[in-house]
Amino acid sequence: MTATTAPTGDNTLLKEAFSDRKIGRLERFLGPENYRILKGLLKTPASIMGFTLIGMFVLVAVFATLIAPPVGNDPYKIPRDGFSGEPKGMGTEWKRNVPDIPFWYKTVTGKDHWVHLFGTAQGQYDIFYGMVWGARTAFRTGFIVVASTFLIGVIVGSISAFYGGAVDNIIMRIVDVFMTLPFILMALILAAVLSPVIGKSLIPSIIALISFGWMGYARIIRGDILSVKERDFVLAARVCGVRNYRILFRDILPNAIFPTLVLASLAIGDVVLSFAALSFLGIGTQVGYADWGQILSFARNWITSLQTYWYIVVWPGMILVLFVMGWNLVGDALRDVLDPRMRGKS
Amino acid sequence: MSTYIIRRLLLVPLLLFGVTVIIFGVLQFLEPVERSALYVRDFPKNDKQIEGIIRKYGLDKPIYEQYWRWLVGVKDPASGEREGGVIYGDFGYSRTASQPVVDIIKNRFPNTVDLAIWAVVPMLSVGIWLGVQAAVHQNGWVDQLARIFSIVGTSFPTFVFGLLVLMLFYANLGWFPPGKMSDWVSQLIYSGGFHQYTKLLTFDALLNGRLDVFWDALRHMILPILTLSYINWATFVRVTRSSMLETLRMDYVTTARAKGLKESVVINKHARPNAMISIVTLAGFSVVSLLGGVVITETVFNYPGIGKAAADAAGQLDVVTVLGFAIFNGLILIVANLVVDVMYGLIDPRVRLS
Repeated sequence: MTATTAPTGDNTLLKEAFSDRKIGRLERFLGPENYRILKGLLKTPASIMGFTLIGMFVLVAVFATLIAPPVGNDPYKIPRDGFSGEPKGMGTEWKRNVPDIPFWYKTVTGKDHWVHLFGTAQGQYDIFYGMVWGARTAFRTGFIVVASTFLIGVIVGSISAFYGGAVDNIIMRIVDVFMTLPFILMALILAAVLSPVIGKSLIPSIIALISFGWMGYARIIRGDILSVKERDFVLAARVCGVRNYRILFRDILPNAIFPTLVLASLAIGDVVLSFAALSFLGIGTQVGYADWGQILSFARNWITSLQTYWYIVVWPGMILVLFVMGWNLVGDALRDVLDPRMRGKS
Repeated sequence: MSTYIIRRLLLVPLLLFGVTVIIFGVLQFLEPVERSALYVRDFPKNDKQIEGIIRKYGLDKPIYEQYWRWLVGVKDPASGEREGGVIYGDFGYSRTASQPVVDIIKNRFPNTVDLAIWAVVPMLSVGIWLGVQAAVHQNGWVDQLARIFSIVGTSFPTFVFGLLVLMLFYANLGWFPPGKMSDWVSQLIYSGGFHQYTKLLTFDALLNGRLDVFWDALRHMILPILTLSYINWATFVRVTRSSMLETLRMDYVTTARAKGLKESVVINKHARPNAMISIVTLAGFSVVSLLGGVVITETVFNYPGIGKAAADAAGQLDVVTVLGFAIFNGLILIVANLVVDVMYGLIDPRVRLS
């Protein structure tokens, strides 16, 4: 037997077929295309920067109790140093409701009593506490909203694509209607309507963001399913007499879901941004809840004297921008990897 | 082409129906008494009044019946006058602003339009120019710069960017104040010495020949314009760049180069017009979203457009009012999307043939 010689020429598919590359377990599990996406994501400098930023926020959220020891029963309530309306500057002494001194405090600041590291907002809410515990709020709302919108989108999109015809037409027109509605305005309204019913908490805003945020996923998964649906293995399953829902959930969905899943997981940045926007407009959480948008909304009352109280805007603003940027950097790299023109290039 | 337009037109009533149903659905979270603001001005005071109003306007009837009443209004049997009726432009009464919702829209909409007109110019021109430059010099420093610029831009929440520029240009430097006009301008308008032709302040100022008023209006708008442009540039740069890159790879561009045309002619005459096709949709959407009132930007800068009005009403949980804005916004969106789609079909033969 003569050994096959690899053909020459600029044909990436052939090159791939004749290469002696070892195929690892992860690649076999994910499939070549998904593996390429994952590898591309872990190799671009921009996405590495993004992952680093996200990782830092994860650490802050996980170790929030160590970084900023909670005061009182509810750790998400920002501790107040009094009730005076005027914000206090950075480094001013903490007099009432002083938290325990955490392990890092003395080495980093060189002081042995708590000061307001980033100042206080009006009503003497400590900004540092709001920022640290706000990271937890951000991840919580982000995960809940993204998971729910993803689930709704996948269910609606797969039903629409799988059954096709009139069902598809009706569902997609409903998606059109939802897309016509102005997103932030509708979320604002729904959260405002729900607040008196449910009470001021995270829930009204979360429900509002879910209700008007699922359409994108439905559209994407529909497109992917439509292309997978025509593949031979689906036909084979049909010939074998496999039931409809089983074909959809066991054969089609696992092969079509990956791009949507990645897109959804990166949408956390956008979700947190919209959530902060609602809080900024005064809808959602009660005053004093550790939430970045909430702290920023305090700045609205001090617009004429922001040169003095700049720390109310700059610190929470910076943290919000870095958080969103982390997700966007990864998302930007992903867009490049998913670009069909890049296919076959490692 | 005509079948394409007809197909698209058929979608309009469907969208209108869907949008009104969703908005009416949201209204159902309210108590019947609160919903009475759809029809009457005064909040009913005692139980007897409440009952009378609920019966008169059918606020306890089945939902489809209520929807119909909400849509076409209720005739008062005594006076024969119609009360409510969304299709007649009656969106209810705003109790927090003490005037009909339509009147608020009438007062505020010109301000929003004024801001939108001035914001569109830098938004489109700079965004598209930067995108084209990035594509032409792919992977060059302009491209890298545009990329960083657009990632930072998409990461900035509107209100954070707005607060930061306010801090810098208003609190620190005192150059550009928030709001819509200075006190002396509002006094001038109040005193009647200033004729309002269009209700758009900048254009009225020019028509009156008052350059000082014009400058004052523009000075108040510069920060919102900057914010809106910056936030939107990111998307424009990205879409223009990728669409331009795609066009530059086409055979006809290679042909144009091969026959020895100057690079500037190839880019500006051959490639750019075709790359602009996908920008039309995006530009259309942006203009529409500006017209619908930019809730957050207007709130940050205290600019009295319909977005600010909606945010204020929502802050006071005045749902009937906010829903009025949502319907108005939905109407604008539906009409504008139709215009954009038809235009898209006109300039791109591939769309109307598919």
